[in-house]
Amino acid sequence: MNELALHILDLAQNSIRAKAKLVHIKLTEKPADDEYLIEISDDGEGMSEEQVAKANDPFFTSRTTRKVGLGLPLIQQNAEATAGNFQLSSEKNTGTHLKVKFGFHHIDRPILGDMTSTLLILATNEQQTDFLYTHQTPKGDFQLDTREVKKSLGDIPLSNPQIRKFIMDMIQENLEQIQISD
Amino acid sequence: MAKIKSLEDLKKLKDEVQAKIKLREKGDNPENLIQIKVSMATCGIASGAKDTMNYLIEELDHQGIDALVTQTGCMGFCYAEPTIELNMPCKEPVIYGFVDKTKAQEIIDKHIKLNELVDGIIPVNYKTIDE
Repeated sequence: MNELALHILDLAQNSIRAKAKLVHIKLTEKPADDEYLIEISDDGEGMSEEQVAKANDPFFTSRTTRKVGLGLPLIQQNAEATAGNFQLSSEKNTGTHLKVKFGFHHIDRPILGDMTSTLLILATNEQQTDFLYTHQTPKGDFQLDTREVKKSLGDIPLSNPQIRKFIMDMIQENLEQIQISD
Repeated sequence: MAKIKSLEDLKKLKDEVQAKIKLREKGDNPENLIQIKVSMATCGIASGAKDTMNYLIEELDHQGIDALVTQTGCMGFCYAEPTIELNMPCKEPVIYGFVDKTKAQEIIDKHIKLNELVDGIIPVNYKTIDE
């Protein structure tokens, strides 16, 4: 996967599968400290200590449809290739917290990519999981709370084409305001 | 500089859309809706399921076909990603493998519009006694 947005889409699906009510996705860009942080926290089922220990083993998964689980190992590899690191902590029935650090200026750091459609795809998930997205760069902050969006929409679904287009533009424009690199 | 869209603007748009939806609400029934599920786990995403999903949503909207496109987990056909499950009203669901934009277009043109099956179906022919 060559975009951070794809990793986020992938890992946030884990939270949806863990029946989380709210998932907080936090991106912090700190070029001065040479850091690009991605944090994903959820209030889902959580994992046992044993599962946490095995989570970055590519041949471990809680799924039954296949025998490999590559989501976490892939982002760990990408992060470590940019002199970053990877921390996963989880508590059963409380939630999971994932923190991945990339080297901001490292040539191997993937670009953020199409975060807009990642957020839209996540927001229209089947489990009705809500997302809080925070993005911080030296130029400013952007925050999107799908609970607020749903509240302003009432009973109109997010998947309505006109609404979808509007939210897409809204996220795009806001992200462009705080963009410092591609 | 143009004003950045905000939640306030969204509320205005909501009222517009709501009026439109009310008009055709009577004909809407979840069972009559075309449903497409795009497999979106690590395997699907790495093979471009996101592009496929965006393309399906845009193309169906562009052609004015009412359909619900959602994402789902891994269906176990990792070798054939991106995979989609197409649920036509009152029909058994059909799973297609290797769905890129060209394939997606073919599925819309032939399967959804004309009800002709397209190459690339992954057969799901085993059912247990319990089902």
